[in-house]
Amino acid sequence: MSRLSDHNVILAKEIIARYPKQKSALIPLVHLSQEQNGYVTEDAMRHIADMIDVTPAEVYGTASFYEMFRFEPTGKYLINVCGTLSCSLMGADSLMHHAEQTLGIKAGATTDDGLITLQHAECQAACTEAPTLQVNYRHRYRVTHESFDQLVDDLRSGALDTEIPPHGTLGRNRQQIPADRAVAVQAPEDVTTGPAWIQVSPA
Amino acid sequence: MTSGTDEVPEDADVLEEVEADVLEDVAADEREEGEELEEIEPPDSNAVVINMNGKDVVARKGETVIAAALRNDEYIPHFCYHPRMSPVGMCRQCMVEIEGPRGPMMVVSCMTPVAEDQVVRTATDEVKRAQEGMIELLLANHPLDCPVCDKGGECPLQDQAFSHGPGESRYVEQKRHYEKPIPISDLVYLDRERCILCDRCTRFADEVAGDPLIHFISRGNNTQVMTFPDEPFVSYFSGNVVQICPVGALTAKPYRFKARPWDLSQRESTCTTCSVGCRTVIQSSRDELLRYQGVDSDPVNWGWLCDRGRFNFEAINSDHRLTTPMIKTEAGLVETSWRGALDAAAGLINDALAGGGAESIALLGGARGTNEDAFAWARLADAIGTPNRDAQLGDGLPAEILGLDRATIDEAANASTIVLLGPDLKEELPVLYLRLRDAAEKGRSRILEFSATDSGMTPYAWKSIRHEPGTQHNAVVSALADSDIAEQLAKGDVVVVAGRSNLADSADVTVAALQKLLAGVQGAKVLPALRRGNVVGALSLGLAPADADHDGLAILQAAADGKIEVLILLGADPLNDCPDADLARRAFAGARRIIAVDTFACESTQHADVVFAAAAYGEKAGTTTNLEGRVSTVGQQVTATGTSRPDWMIAIELGLKIGDRSFGSDHPLRGVSTVDDLTDMIANTVTGFAGLSSSTLVQQTDGVLIESPSTSLPEVSFAEAGRVSYDYRLVVSRKLYDRAVGTQMSRSLTNLASASVAYVHPLDLDGLGVAEGDDVKIVSAKAATILPIRPDSAVPRGILWSPFNQGSGNIEDIIDWRSATTDVRIERV
Ligand code: SF4
Ligand code: SF4
Ligand code: FES
Ligand code: FES
Repeated sequence: MSRLSDHNVILAKEIIARYPKQKSALIPLVHLSQEQNGYVTEDAMRHIADMIDVTPAEVYGTASFYEMFRFEPTGKYLINVCGTLSCSLMGADSLMHHAEQTLGIKAGATTDDGLITLQHAECQAACTEAPTLQVNYRHRYRVTHESFDQLVDDLRSGALDTEIPPHGTLGRNRQQIPADRAVAVQAPEDVTTGPAWIQVSPA
Repeated sequence: MTSGTDEVPEDADVLEEVEADVLEDVAADEREEGEELEEIEPPDSNAVVINMNGKDVVARKGETVIAAALRNDEYIPHFCYHPRMSPVGMCRQCMVEIEGPRGPMMVVSCMTPVAEDQVVRTATDEVKRAQEGMIELLLANHPLDCPVCDKGGECPLQDQAFSHGPGESRYVEQKRHYEKPIPISDLVYLDRERCILCDRCTRFADEVAGDPLIHFISRGNNTQVMTFPDEPFVSYFSGNVVQICPVGALTAKPYRFKARPWDLSQRESTCTTCSVGCRTVIQSSRDELLRYQGVDSDPVNWGWLCDRGRFNFEAINSDHRLTTPMIKTEAGLVETSWRGALDAAAGLINDALAGGGAESIALLGGARGTNEDAFAWARLADAIGTPNRDAQLGDGLPAEILGLDRATIDEAANASTIVLLGPDLKEELPVLYLRLRDAAEKGRSRILEFSATDSGMTPYAWKSIRHEPGTQHNAVVSALADSDIAEQLAKGDVVVVAGRSNLADSADVTVAALQKLLAGVQGAKVLPALRRGNVVGALSLGLAPADADHDGLAILQAAADGKIEVLILLGADPLNDCPDADLARRAFAGARRIIAVDTFACESTQHADVVFAAAAYGEKAGTTTNLEGRVSTVGQQVTATGTSRPDWMIAIELGLKIGDRSFGSDHPLRGVSTVDDLTDMIANTVTGFAGLSSSTLVQQTDGVLIESPSTSLPEVSFAEAGRVSYDYRLVVSRKLYDRAVGTQMSRSLTNLASASVAYVHPLDLDGLGVAEGDDVKIVSAKAATILPIRPDSAVPRGILWSPFNQGSGNIEDIIDWRSATTDVRIERV
């Protein structure tokens, strides 16, 4: 369950082929799996490990270093409510309390219908617009209780579908690089000449 | 030298110096009188002079400041630095001051390479403040549960908090909490609260063992060492991480809460579980063996041990230990006195001598004991006059392999090409696997592997050549004709690691391939990959068969034919350890009398008429010889269990009892009273061991190499069996953990042995139309057995692989020692 889908396996192979060392494709493949399931599943990590010949522990260790990879089931929309200083001064605590009431869940949890995950976040670099939150990393500024409720209604009704893709989506357009136009990167140990723009004096 | 692997022992250098001196002396002797001596020292191109704390010290080019400091007795506190692994600068404890272009700067000495005229200060007030600050931070989240921590008393964090810490902490906040120790494997527990994130265990797993199954997970304050969920840290080398963890975060199940370090006494020794001969310290408390730790011997194990060698001390106190001699009566084996057992055994031998003559007496085994054990038994065999003796049970190679131009482990690990023509080293000679894997990973050597199935070394091999079992000689010939391979081999400096890769082939097949290889590669050296602990010592000291007509298999066949009156087993268990189990059973039925000398009760001792209880490893002193011919000491640390005695003593007492037919009145062994007498007698009488007296060996903790008289491999011929297309060719090889008594009697290792299973390629399994795990009948020309079958893509098509000696379902039953290869049919049941 929740290994990479057949479609994504094809994509994964294409991605792996772009690197001189297959291990280098680890992060892009973890992205791919998060896009597929909304979070990174254990099975996907095993699958990725298999494809690039590393251990699942290496995949998990590397991926868990990054905050934006999630390892628990995550709603279609991940709402991060900022709780750092400026937002805190401008009512973030009360906003979070309201959000918990409205959604009927505690911060860190996901609604029963699997639509929304709510969590605390640190400064979102929009302090002048406090209090702020992000939905799937899209900012919402000067959030009031009312505008929060409106946001939830819009998410539920699908009114924001065009603006906010499901959690994990990488982009609307996927880059396709045919093999003949790829840069054909060499593995570091195979590089024998210096870059053209650096004069290398013979040893 | 201590048990820690932190300090690379100086002995390596000492040894080099000694050798250099000797060489110079020799050279001086050879000089013509009056010849002018040139006194110019060649400048050492590797020397870099740096100034440390006001003194000039000589460092080596490319080494780090901390390495130069520690070698020159300037201590710099450290946690993550380990001389056998790459530096990472994780703990920041090793800060020192270095004079830079812009004045003094604080750097981590484990990441800073030495440079000519560098000025280093390791103990200024600023340095001390920095080091104290680091300790304070490391302790901020540390539980300080030293009173209940196994590491307390030998803990680098505890020690350095005292020597380089601030004494008090300003940290009053709540510490980080984790669930107290969680198992990360069957053998190792992890307490994340104690972990200081030094990256030693994770680096070891990745860099040294090649089993990166533990990793740092998460980040920042939540960083922790962890396995993947449900994928434990299953590694043959897991015990090493416990030894190198600088805190009590990693503990090993067999030792947890067994002793406090200050109650342990210890002695250096050499592991004799396999023939790598890793250097160890054996530690005990209240006369009970409690722990083995690796010692860094530069030419051998670099401080590492495999888990089998590290944890099998548990067997020594197990219920199956033989503690007193036994003798067979109507009521089965009953305990008896030593005098009773010796009289009985001497009687049996005298009867045999009177009846069938010396040829009717045979000795099997002797590779488990020390050099002294083997020597004493071999002298007894000489005295009796029997040619029938072998330290191998048809599972090795002819002893002549020891007389080829032999390579050392270091030579192999620095060779330009390492040719593997033998067993899966990871399974049979684990620490040799680590050394050779390192050679390949660091780019020093290219590995050319010949094998029938994938091995532990396959991922690191430059080229891995698959051959059908029994055709390796052909594979060698075509490989030599390949231009790539020929070019590589032509670079010279080739070491062949040769052993038995398949117990379902005859040894002749390997010998033929080795001959072809040596004929094709000029100057290649050979490292014999024979597995049993002291097999090289035993073979070199007189327990080698005179020829193939008197080797282990021939002896068993003679016994089966009723030609053996007395079969003496020296720590040998042929019923479980001979590739042809049926031959062993017939031999036991055909031998009139059996005398067994063993530490454990095993299947073979059950059949004996007289059983002598032998002292175990750790209970007796002596010397051992590893696969490269390195003789090093084995230490006695505890009293022998019950009334058990060392094998050599049993041999001598038995010789005295037999009387004139063995040890005549002037036999030299009559004068032996201590094991050192025997060591010295070996040094004085056996060529190749000259000079290896007990007093010399005690000094040379890295051991000394013996020389073997040069021999050539015996001529072999065998019928290349044609193959029927629906047949599978059988490969039977050893796993690290099997049903060998020493492993089975070690509580912590018992469950690690796999089960008897037959493996085929997944496509073959589909073709057979049986489901994974189903029982199938495997039929050879000789017999049939039933085993569950599983797919394994490491097994090429047309081959059936099954691990040796895993109990149930005996694959050994269907092997016929006389045929060169074994073909089987697989039938559904
Ligand atoms: S468990 Fe021990 S060896 Fe591993 S990172 Fe932590 S302190 Fe270092
Ligand atoms: S590799 Fe061999 S000698 Fe070394 S620890 Fe393991 S069993 Fe002992
Ligand atoms: S504090 Fe909330 S965005 Fe900066
Ligand atoms: S020993 Fe240098 S940073 Fe850890």
